[in-house]
Amino acid sequence: MSWDLFLYAKVFLVGGALCALGEFFCLKTSWTPARILVCYILVGVALSAFGLYGPLVEFAGAGATVPLTGFGHSLCQGVIHSVQERGWIGAFCGGLTATAGGIAAAIFFGTIVAVVAKPRMKGKNT
Amino acid sequence: MNRQRIHEDPAHYEQMTSQASPPSRTGQGVLRAWWVGGLICCIGQLAADVGVHLLKMSTSDGYCLAAIVLVFLTAVLTGAGVFDRIGQYAGAGSFVPITGFANAMVSPALEYRREGMVLGLGAKLFTIAGPVLVYGIGSSVLVGILYALLHH
Repeated sequence: MSWDLFLYAKVFLVGGALCALGEFFCLKTSWTPARILVCYILVGVALSAFGLYGPLVEFAGAGATVPLTGFGHSLCQGVIHSVQERGWIGAFCGGLTATAGGIAAAIFFGTIVAVVAKPRMKGKNT
Repeated sequence: MNRQRIHEDPAHYEQMTSQASPPSRTGQGVLRAWWVGGLICCIGQLAADVGVHLLKMSTSDGYCLAAIVLVFLTAVLTGAGVFDRIGQYAGAGSFVPITGFANAMVSPALEYRREGMVLGLGAKLFTIAGPVLVYGIGSSVLVGILYALLHH
């Protein structure tokens, strides 16, 4: 990884395409965003398990890691590396270790903002 | 703009949907999701590059930093009421990246805070993030067990 402007074009195209695909499903089916997110993470875990998602991360960097499929990829690779190092117990430890940063940040910043910010009703901007 | 009227008047809504032909509506939504989602990923790449080149992190730590930065920005924008508007415009462009995961935690927690710190804020953080974590972690453990059986 280097300061590479061409990489940003790839990040934009691949990351945007993953989002556009989600929007397409959202418009064409009656699926809720939550269900699409769950599907994305399952697809990410599955693609990563078969070694198909790693090359996409090599190619598109954050364009592949930032969408939720990348979260599934981190979980899956964390588990696999942990199993390689520690044996079967790694199946239970590796996934959360690899994704701890994002999850802990979401809990930490989420709690602070929820305590500090002023609640507002959905659809009514006060 | 017309959103309020759409909810109030079904006939008007039908008229609007028939006027706007399905392909162009879908095309517009998909394009909006594409450019906003792509931009969010580029912000993530910028954070990762800063981590790797300026803070001398490993590549995986760089991507971890990218996730943390995006989660932080989303939490602040959600608290300020701005993220909902981005979501209305971009749809999946805002909720498919990790920003959607963060927004799905902050938004209900903020809304249900008055029901208490434990069962209001604490529990509602996970209304949408919960299922994502359940199926994500559950499936990854399954992959790990299968991998351990196949390779050891």
